[in-house]
Amino acid sequence: MKLRTFKKGIHLNEYKEFSQDKKIEKLPLPQRVYIPLQQHIGAPCEPLVKKGETVKTGQMIGRSSAYVSAPIHASITGEVKAIDKFPHPLGMRVEMIHIERTSEDDEWEYLPIPKNWEKMPRVEVIKLINDAGIVGMGGAGFPTHVKLNPPPDKKIDSFILNGVECEPYLTSDHRLMVEYTDQILKGMHIIMSLLNVKNGYIGIENNKPDAIEIMSQRVNDLGYPYQVVPLEVKYPQGAEKLLIKSVLNRNVPVGGLPMDVGVVVNNVATAKAVADAVLKGIPLIERVTTVTGDGIINPKNVLTRIGTPFSDLIDFCGGLKDETTMVFMGGPMMGQAQYDLSIPIIKAAGGIVCNTSKMVKMVEHYPCIRCGACVDACPMYLLPTRLAKLTEHKKYEEADKLGIQTCIECGSCAFSCPAHIPLVQWIRVGKMRVSELKLKQKVS
Amino acid sequence: MDLSAILISMGGMGGIGLIFATGLAIANKKLHVEEDPRIAQINDVLPGANCGGCGFAGCMNFAENVVKGNAPLNGCPVGGVGTANEIAKILGVEVEAGEPLKARVLCQGGLNEMAIKGEYLGLKSCVAAHISGGAMKLCEWGCLGFGDCVSACMFDAIYMNENRLPVVIEDKCVGCGKCAEACPRNIIEMHPISHRVFVKCRNQDAGKYSRLVCTRACIGCGICVREAGENMMYLENGLAHFNYEKWGNKADLPTQKCPNHVLVSLDEEGTT
Repeated sequence: MKLRTFKKGIHLNEYKEFSQDKKIEKLPLPQRVYIPLQQHIGAPCEPLVKKGETVKTGQMIGRSSAYVSAPIHASITGEVKAIDKFPHPLGMRVEMIHIERTSEDDEWEYLPIPKNWEKMPRVEVIKLINDAGIVGMGGAGFPTHVKLNPPPDKKIDSFILNGVECEPYLTSDHRLMVEYTDQILKGMHIIMSLLNVKNGYIGIENNKPDAIEIMSQRVNDLGYPYQVVPLEVKYPQGAEKLLIKSVLNRNVPVGGLPMDVGVVVNNVATAKAVADAVLKGIPLIERVTTVTGDGIINPKNVLTRIGTPFSDLIDFCGGLKDETTMVFMGGPMMGQAQYDLSIPIIKAAGGIVCNTSKMVKMVEHYPCIRCGACVDACPMYLLPTRLAKLTEHKKYEEADKLGIQTCIECGSCAFSCPAHIPLVQWIRVGKMRVSELKLKQKVS
Repeated sequence: MDLSAILISMGGMGGIGLIFATGLAIANKKLHVEEDPRIAQINDVLPGANCGGCGFAGCMNFAENVVKGNAPLNGCPVGGVGTANEIAKILGVEVEAGEPLKARVLCQGGLNEMAIKGEYLGLKSCVAAHISGGAMKLCEWGCLGFGDCVSACMFDAIYMNENRLPVVIEDKCVGCGKCAEACPRNIIEMHPISHRVFVKCRNQDAGKYSRLVCTRACIGCGICVREAGENMMYLENGLAHFNYEKWGNKADLPTQKCPNHVLVSLDEEGTT
């Protein structure tokens, strides 16, 4: 059978063997956590606690009155030590709530849950999901309750569960699908009832045969009408818009959202979080993170509380090798290199990749040789080299005309560039400038 | 050679010339556009660099807008007072004395002073480094040192010194403000030339942390504010500022006690 996929994109080395067969292990409770006030796209939270206050696990400690936002919760029982700026995975320091554990106990505060969510009004279930602080856990961190509440003029007919995990190294979604199958499927059932859609698809790349098998089997056992779709192994298959193309062969219009073609996509980890919240009353305070790479002594998939410092996870996995030179948050394609290991795990952190100098090459970039490799690679049908050049020469209007804003920053172009030009970085500058320009035009 | 051939060709060419000349003469009368002669005159006295420092699309556009009254007479930062006076003469009005602006670099955290957080392999561009986490510099407010301001300057008035900090050559700076616009961290500010003392830091972190990131960071101790008096200087977000309206053109530092030597008088240093 020919596997479904999208056009273009790139084939990468997987490097999943480090951790794909390792069972999810639970990290012992951390001594301290740093919880950023903003872990999602949208308005940052206002802290609801003060310095010196004691908090329980699961207690809401920050929220915003804005609609596109997600509250944050304490992930351990302890005392608020400080609300101050601490280093964040994205390279700057942001406001975080620092909680220090005071006792061995883990006292929980659960969300008030209904006996039977199916009898509850739809709006209240969505509010419950919002209160649980659930955001897209695949990387972008878009608040889930917004996705589940599409405007009435958008008719949603399909839901896709994203179990692709196309980034090299990362295996957290893979392990989650194998070990928490039922919980994920229940979450998917809740999401689909809330959206009132009939067609459910589960997209999984073909390099996870055990996940495909167990998911198909449990779908049958539980009697759900979902279809498990094995996909060709290709990067960036897991990007929302490309997954829609692969599974349903629909094209999301330029500047549009998946809901414009009647589709909602959620990550498997998000589905599990939804099930945890609605069925058990557990807010989003823990996630599975892969600690992997050739620079870590004992690669593992770890169930960890949000806000745990990277250093705790790395110690749990045996520590870094001496020759390790680079630590990423996220995968090597879209992740970010880190400078400080006290930074916390955030809701969207799928992995910590530690690499030695063998894997990290220092390259200089050369002038473009006009080979077009980036154009062949770009899954969004853009001209990366041209967009980068236009940005370099400050021709933002022309870059906008060529669709710079549709770039998903997957990094396929920069990866395939034989001259090692940091195309994505240029395009990110261009995207920022174009949005600034549009804002200015709107004002005047 | 036959004389008639010469006469025919001369007559023919002359005749065609005459027809076109008449046509042009008629067109000139019929299609005449009334343009304010002052626009051309003003354009002649402008520097002609088309730098856009005035905020208009080139010198000609600026001249049109001056005549229409949309632009101030002293709107050309490159030409300065001299040009403003000439424009005033053409328009027959008085000009308010505008003071030339100069770019001032408000950071002293070069390679020798800053704390380093890691190796940066990305683009050698300040704005690209700024949006991807701030390159190798721990300070989130300081100069990134890739010289976006240098490439933005059309008058060769900025260079990077060996400490990876931009230096403005005061004599060459025309005050167009392009460098200040290019700087993603707003380290370059445009100041009237009479401002001689500066707080050369933009760090708004708490003192304990700013001390960690740079040896020349303002830690917000407020000693300068106490010595100079509340109305002369003030603290905002842990960063000292001069109140230039009150402070005026004094060139002496309010105090020598600034622990990190953030207060700088241009007349003492001799550079920017």
